[in-house]
Amino acid sequence: MSRVSRGLGRPLDLRSGRVDLSHGSGGRASAQLVEDLFLRAFDNEWLRVLDDQACLAPPPGRIVMATDSHVVTPLFFPGGDIGTLAVNGTVNDVAMSGARPLYLSAGFILEEGFPLADLKRIVDSMAAAAGAAGVAIVTGDTKVVEQGKGDGVFINTTGVGVLPPGVEISGRRARPGDAILVSGTIGDHGVAIMSRRENLEFETEVRSDCAALNGLVAAMLASGARLHVLRDPTRGGVATTLNEIARQSGVGMMLEESALPVDPAVAAACEFLGLDPLYVANEGKLLAICPAADAAALLAAMQAHPLGRRAARIGTVVQDPDQFVQMTTVLGGRRIVDWLAGEQLPRIC
Amino acid sequence: MKYVDEFRDPKVGAGIAAAIAAEARPGRHYQFMEFCGGHTHAISRSGLADLLPPNVRMVHGPGCPVCVLPIGRIDLAIGLATERGAIVCTYGDVLRVPASGETSLLRAKARGADVRMVYSPLDALRIARDHPMREVVFLAIGFETTTPPTALAIRAAAGEGLANFSVLCNHVLTPAAIMNILESPEVRELGSVPLDGFVGPAHVSTIIGSEPYRFFAEEYRKPVVIAGFEPLDVLQAVLMLVRQVNEGRAEVENEFTRAVTTDGNLRAQALVAEVFELRREFEWRGLGTVSYSALQVREAYGRWDAERRFGLQYRPVPDNKACECGAILRGLKRPVDCRLFGRACTPETPMGSCMVSSEGACAAHYSYGRYRDRGQAAGAARPAAAGT
Repeated sequence: MSRVSRGLGRPLDLRSGRVDLSHGSGGRASAQLVEDLFLRAFDNEWLRVLDDQACLAPPPGRIVMATDSHVVTPLFFPGGDIGTLAVNGTVNDVAMSGARPLYLSAGFILEEGFPLADLKRIVDSMAAAAGAAGVAIVTGDTKVVEQGKGDGVFINTTGVGVLPPGVEISGRRARPGDAILVSGTIGDHGVAIMSRRENLEFETEVRSDCAALNGLVAAMLASGARLHVLRDPTRGGVATTLNEIARQSGVGMMLEESALPVDPAVAAACEFLGLDPLYVANEGKLLAICPAADAAALLAAMQAHPLGRRAARIGTVVQDPDQFVQMTTVLGGRRIVDWLAGEQLPRIC
Repeated sequence: MKYVDEFRDPKVGAGIAAAIAAEARPGRHYQFMEFCGGHTHAISRSGLADLLPPNVRMVHGPGCPVCVLPIGRIDLAIGLATERGAIVCTYGDVLRVPASGETSLLRAKARGADVRMVYSPLDALRIARDHPMREVVFLAIGFETTTPPTALAIRAAAGEGLANFSVLCNHVLTPAAIMNILESPEVRELGSVPLDGFVGPAHVSTIIGSEPYRFFAEEYRKPVVIAGFEPLDVLQAVLMLVRQVNEGRAEVENEFTRAVTTDGNLRAQALVAEVFELRREFEWRGLGTVSYSALQVREAYGRWDAERRFGLQYRPVPDNKACECGAILRGLKRPVDCRLFGRACTPETPMGSCMVSSEGACAAHYSYGRYRDRGQAAGAARPAAAGT
């Protein structure tokens, strides 16, 4: 082969190399990053063309689209990393409509100096997560910002899916009398992240629950239960998500504290950090609201799926002009489960 | 969870609640103040008020360290971060406390000030070691519980000659605050707020012991029951208070024997005494200026005292005129009696001290109990709500 033919120079140093500004400049270094890293990991027929866009045949049904930007500290945590989050987060946003996620785009904002080895680890996680979720990463973009102007790596993903006919799932469809279900233990992701934060490291076996939920959603739809609402309680946790739904649907909710599934290690971490698991983020759980008559069938379908084994019915939608989410406590008292005010900050006492 | 679930057992709780209902005399009204924010939080989060009979009411006291920190003290800390370029470290919910001119440490941080949340003053020490060219100030707040760790940090800084570390001390004293409430004209003279007794602090008492409360019991004839922070601790303490009132006793009793002794933690007390001394007066948000109610760094450790080091001058800043925090902290008014409550003053935009931390009377009521206000106009004539 001629020495001046089509090569892009020395191969990318994925062991000790670092991102530099040329990787985002659109020149040879950019092309090399795309071909040696992204294409190799995500390889599929659309990406291989190396055009600036993916040309997709529209599937039958309604198109569902969602986008999510991912920023997380630390980038790597027990149970996942920013790559798994970037894929699963957007897959879940699409899936919460009942749609089957098909394609993803991936936009990377890299900070100058970011180790290529770490980037490769993240990209490999994305490839694995996309494979597991059955979606293809069909188009992408990379920008590099100067050192100090980013936090290592930010990833935006946009997802496209297709909605089968007859499925009508929306945060506006909760009705008084409906049952509220959660697919498993709450607060795992947030506690796993916190256990690795620089100023807060503590030893715990808690791992992030980060997972793509489209398979679970498909199983729930197949059960024949009428699904009114699906939503993944990410930032702000179960409490915030239920308040959002209550507001959208103009209803109230009554939860049972004793029915909330909380892993003992998460409960313990929240106890000593002064946090409430109801407000701690999840990345592999969903809340489902359905007519009470269908709750048992839906719960059985969830529990039969590996990602819903610890699913539980946690409450009921009620009529309430004030749209309060309330809870009967373990002790038999009652309290409001309010919106999160600002960030959840630990108490002193 | 072991050692926690036992103190939240619904069956035991129902048993104690039944005993309270049986023993509280129908014709009598019982009003107890839980001093600590930790108790307020436990009562609100577990919906304890629902387990008490209507004639037993809890009043939320001023024992929320974040709530009683006055605006002027936060201003000092913000000034250190923004004008002196210091790294200001403090505990989580202090970041949100509103300061002058619509600021807070959180907002100052957003504008570029170097403000960091720590879980321990020792984390602030570490930051000082890691940034030898920067001034690192630990904004120390809290009652007797958080004072020994601050003392330890100052002594460690002195021991290793850490020149860039200092403490902006806002440590306050529980007995002084209880005394202030008992001495206030409304409570002592007018008798308009009959306080029948106190649920005594949990963690504070592990340090100071049960002895300091004896004075209140004897001098003011108010029973004190020291209780842990779990819901069953509080219920049990209420039952013990009801019994004391019924029997005409005013004693210090200790429900929290698993952690609190008569004398408290003598080593911690010695450490605090070595590093700190009484401050002549200190402003409490909601209570005003209270004599000998706070601590300051001793001269011997003056190099690590941010007030001396930076020549800080305290300037008091008045709260919003409509704010009723002072009356609410004394049990004279309920949160809904305040015109600002739930309107201008919410947990997102706190105007007064009681709305700042979830331990504050107003924030606890807003976040956990405001469903009880339904169908009632603010200030409606009705016996004050049982707790929140």
